[in-house]
Amino acid sequence: MASLLHPLPMSFDRIKEKLAILADAAKYDVSCSSSGNKRSNTGKGIGNTTAMGICHSYTEDGRCVSLLKILLTNHCIYDCAYCVTRKSNDIQRAAFKVEEVVRLTINFYRRNYIEGLFLSSGIFKNADYTMERLIAVAKKLRLEENFNGYIHLKSIPGASDELMREAGLYADRLSVNIEIPTVSGLQLLAPDKKHEDFIKPMRKVHQEIVQYKSERKLIKSTPKYAPAGQSTQMIIGATGESDRDILYSASYYYKKFGMRRVYYSGYIPITTDHRLPAIGSEVPILRENRLYQTDWLLRFYGFSVQEIFNASHLNLDLDIDPKLGWALRNMHEFPIDINSADKRMLARVPGIGMQSVHKIIQARKFRRLDWSHLKAIGIALNRAQYFIICNSKDFYKQDLTPITIKNRILQKANSKYAKHFNQQLSLFT
Amino acid sequence: MTHTLLVYDGSFDGFLCAVFMVYEQKMNAPSIQKQQDFHQQLFATTETVITETHKAQRVWEGIRSKTSRAELRTLFRSFLSEIKGIENTLLYYIQTVLRPKHTITGIDYSHTHTLRMHQIAKMVSREKHRMEAFVRFQRTKDGIYAATITPDFNVLPLIIGHFKDRYADQKWMIYDLKRDYGIYYDLDTVSTITIPDFTQIMPSSYATQETDFQKLWSTYYQHVNISERKNKRLHMQHIPKRYWKYLTEKKIL
Ligand code: SF4
Repeated sequence: MASLLHPLPMSFDRIKEKLAILADAAKYDVSCSSSGNKRSNTGKGIGNTTAMGICHSYTEDGRCVSLLKILLTNHCIYDCAYCVTRKSNDIQRAAFKVEEVVRLTINFYRRNYIEGLFLSSGIFKNADYTMERLIAVAKKLRLEENFNGYIHLKSIPGASDELMREAGLYADRLSVNIEIPTVSGLQLLAPDKKHEDFIKPMRKVHQEIVQYKSERKLIKSTPKYAPAGQSTQMIIGATGESDRDILYSASYYYKKFGMRRVYYSGYIPITTDHRLPAIGSEVPILRENRLYQTDWLLRFYGFSVQEIFNASHLNLDLDIDPKLGWALRNMHEFPIDINSADKRMLARVPGIGMQSVHKIIQARKFRRLDWSHLKAIGIALNRAQYFIICNSKDFYKQDLTPITIKNRILQKANSKYAKHFNQQLSLFT
Repeated sequence: MTHTLLVYDGSFDGFLCAVFMVYEQKMNAPSIQKQQDFHQQLFATTETVITETHKAQRVWEGIRSKTSRAELRTLFRSFLSEIKGIENTLLYYIQTVLRPKHTITGIDYSHTHTLRMHQIAKMVSREKHRMEAFVRFQRTKDGIYAATITPDFNVLPLIIGHFKDRYADQKWMIYDLKRDYGIYYDLDTVSTITIPDFTQIMPSSYATQETDFQKLWSTYYQHVNISERKNKRLHMQHIPKRYWKYLTEKKIL
């Protein structure tokens, strides 16, 4: 019962100050997912992890807050140009004690503020020393506090295999941020870091995951190793890379290291360094959003990266979503018949999401579907109508060019959406 | 032609008993209404439903044998919406399912009542998730973690499992102020409770360190924000204003 109380050991004001500094320093890491693993609460301890993850709050920029995301310290011996924590930056520095992080985590968790902890750190002394401290926090939470909530640890580039192995025993997820999508970009901005140092912990974690999984098949009691897998993050728009470069790198990490997630983080100008976009340049939020949409197409909609890009199409369209972009470049695949098309093609129609695909497949067992059914199911007909036929004579028979379709869709999207949507439908039914 | 109006006590069992009556007396298109929203109607014959567990059980078993578990859950969830007229939607749905030729092959999303039931269940599920996310416990002097909510739908029955599993080693209580009842976990079981004047008693009994932790959480919330990315619209879409009252981080301490 003593662990229930957790009085803060030192002055509240000092803790508050550290929390402010070390949350500030950690916020540029955009991944905040607490999903991908289901850990049940064993032996009446505290916490569990749900497969879906929960966002307990949202920042004013609309990002999910699900974890206590902090650095253990923002002292760092490196000087990476794109990072606020870099050695040469003139900022306030602070360091948490292991015990302080544990208490904050437990107390926030008990009040239902968070799903767990995301702990990263600047590199102090050396990689191994830093990694050891991160592991100490996770170990204490798991073994002393009986904490079954989510723990995400940052793998420190250059940390030993031995430590990476240990980290995975306590953490749900491990991540190394590759940050700069191309090797040349990394050389330019972080000359004292080696690309290989980032890859090494990824490879080690991947091997361990694979090994533990196969052992678990044989022996049920093998401990779980990083059950929510690994993730990484790339900064977008810092070094002039194309969307194609970014997504080719991403699919490489997905395939090669079994990444669960790749995060894309629009570069936020924080320095006057001439190698980087100037302070006040706009954060490429729309581009970031298009990259995420494409990432979804790759992971859940059965698209391959080669289908999205080609030699003359190196960047995603900003004005339309990538699925619509693909469809307009591949008009020969359409229209498809809603009442007979297979799942793969249904998922490729602009305006039809995976949930609608499921509903269509269920509903068409009972009757042939027409426009009114599709509308009721919740399909975005303003986009989908140009690519499908259903149980109705009315269909956009005119041979519209991709440009015309694009313009019509954009017009609808910009005008009063609902009004036009209904007018459009009355044409059909 | 007079129309039959079945008035029940508002409980799920009561509703199932109303369905029982519809079948037993071979009623044609009756309406089912809760006692609390009941208004005497002209030209309607009113009958009062008596809630009997064994009858409710029989109806439930009947539906269960003709549909999937996921569908049963959807049915129950949409009932908890308490939306006016939901009973009639569910009656249509049940009648469709109980038809002799109906088989469990899929879900007919092209059928109006089935689709509506699913859409309403979705709304209820969304509210359930929001409550799981937005409940903020405050620790009382006796070590109970207490929270109040006023959800759009009656979701307390749906969130018990989540909180019980997650907070197995602390006493907690979640109180629905709108429906004036709560759920309380005593480290062993969860029970339903009603506390008169809940809002008056609570504030005086919070533990001394409680506001410190609330301040720390607010500090954290302010410092994870990236002002260069500010996007008010997206923010409001994720946390509509009516939920702010729950959130410690949205209060000025
Ligand atoms: S090593 Fe990490 S914390 Fe240190 S400057 Fe580079 S990116 Fe920042």
